[in-house]
Amino acid sequence: MKKLINSAESVVTDTLAGMAEAHPDLRIDLAQKIVYRRSLPTPGKVGLVSGGGSGHEPLHAGFVGHGMLDAACPGEVFTSPVPDQIIEASHRVDGGAGVLHIVKNYTGDVMNFQMAAELCAEEGVEVGTVLVNDDVAVKDSLYTAGRRGTGATLFVEKITGALAETGAALGEVARIAGQVNARSRSFGIALSSCTVPAAGKPTFELGDGEVEVGIGIHGEPGRARVPAASARELARVAMDAVNDDLPLSGDVLVMVNGMGGTPLMELYVVFAEVAAYLREKGATATRSLVGNYVTSLDMQGFSVTVCLLNDELTRLWDAPVQTPALRWGR
Amino acid sequence: MNAQFFTAWVEETARTITADRDRLTALDAAIGDADHGTNLDRGFTAVREALSASSPAGPGAVLILTGTTLIRKVGGASGPLYGTAYRHMGTTLTARAAQAVAGRAGTGLDSTSGAVPGTGIEAPGPGTAGFTGTAGARDEAGPGGAPGDGDHMVMVTLADLAAAFEAGLAAVCELGGAAEGDKTMVDALAPATRALAEAARAGLKPEDAFDAALAAARAGARATIPLQARKGRASYLGERSAGHEDPGAASTVLLFTALRTVAGG
Repeated sequence: MKKLINSAESVVTDTLAGMAEAHPDLRIDLAQKIVYRRSLPTPGKVGLVSGGGSGHEPLHAGFVGHGMLDAACPGEVFTSPVPDQIIEASHRVDGGAGVLHIVKNYTGDVMNFQMAAELCAEEGVEVGTVLVNDDVAVKDSLYTAGRRGTGATLFVEKITGALAETGAALGEVARIAGQVNARSRSFGIALSSCTVPAAGKPTFELGDGEVEVGIGIHGEPGRARVPAASARELARVAMDAVNDDLPLSGDVLVMVNGMGGTPLMELYVVFAEVAAYLREKGATATRSLVGNYVTSLDMQGFSVTVCLLNDELTRLWDAPVQTPALRWGR
Repeated sequence: MNAQFFTAWVEETARTITADRDRLTALDAAIGDADHGTNLDRGFTAVREALSASSPAGPGAVLILTGTTLIRKVGGASGPLYGTAYRHMGTTLTARAAQAVAGRAGTGLDSTSGAVPGTGIEAPGPGTAGFTGTAGARDEAGPGGAPGDGDHMVMVTLADLAAAFEAGLAAVCELGGAAEGDKTMVDALAPATRALAEAARAGLKPEDAFDAALAAARAGARATIPLQARKGRASYLGERSAGHEDPGAASTVLLFTALRTVAGG
């Protein structure tokens, strides 16, 4: 396996060192592994903290900046951060209006953020939490850990970040975060597995003629393995899964997201099919995003995330944002 | 069993986890995200450093420091789960040691320490309280320097250890929300804990008790193979999770392998 790394052990720190050099708008604590905005806290503004395993770049560190996150806590590759990181970040970003933790629904992330939130509360930092669980590939039942948080995390961070910038109170910021999650759904398909640096070989093997349907963002196998098919057919599989769970209509925000190893060319091919599908259902992609945003290392494939918009969400999506990976309007 | 024994146990556990790192990671690759061995190895390496840096005074303190370090260093689900297990085991040993000392001093507490129910102690909430403290050892002596298990005269009995495992198991089940049969570490930890408690009641020698616990843990881990996962990342696979041994159950077996090894005999 070839990778552009110095060592598997140092890959997260080396990534953060590169981000610090490339983005002087950020302040990066390399020892604690926390990425902050340059000037903090913002008095009277709810602080937004997210985090999760590394390997999903630009999520989350690439979304730190004006209009989005105040801090991100990257863990080891595909491993949630530890409570110490989250507690430290929460203290630093608290401008007196409290802190919202944006947490993807994975057992480890939930446990570590929960432990951090309890200690923050004991130490006088008011913390709210929103769980993102948008992946329709997982049945939400007593028999699973619940739906995974995937692409909608970006939507929650962007829209909630825009509202927090206006000085809205923690309760209001948490409400909009929950609303974005509730109105969003995702589904992913992989053409290849990914290779975790420390493991050194692909997490699963996929034959030339096969794709893995209903994947998450950690190289974990999906719901089923099916014969490879055209972009049109695969886009339809993903969109049917989304539409079955949340009937699509009206104005929608759509992201066609690459898993890290997919050419942008192919993502646009998929986007055309997704847009056609939406028209068929009487929905319109009034806002869109195409690119690698919530990735799974070097995995080839895509996920599609759809959010049912309303005027408030559209306005907040359009609000200025200035982060390494998402910037417009300022 | 004294603090030296518990330090040796944790160090031997760390050694076996390093040795089995790639096997655990391969099990995790089949139904998870291919990092279980790597994460535990990183955590136990930090535990080894923490133990040699602070040499905790009592058996309870050794386990509390182990748990605190795992929570602080590992991340993911295995850090909080194993960390919570060790911390609750440690607080249980400390509480029973204090009761035994009080009993010896004739302070009116039940002097038959073996009768103190292990699950009746006041354990901290689900593994959170105080884990950011600098070291478990500092928590040992209560306010006013009441005797904790820093008292080197206090020896841990098999009944104490079984009670500690019962407390650790209960804390893991509460934090993770898992029950036996969900294809998790609980499937190895629960039968091994029962075997240990049974052996303590029967008055077996430690090495025989650990043999029984290890056999039960191994059987429990093997029995996860046909199961469909209902907790954690493997649950996303639904039926496809069947046919693979649970990596958490497999790593739990190593705790008992190490326990058997350090008991000698």
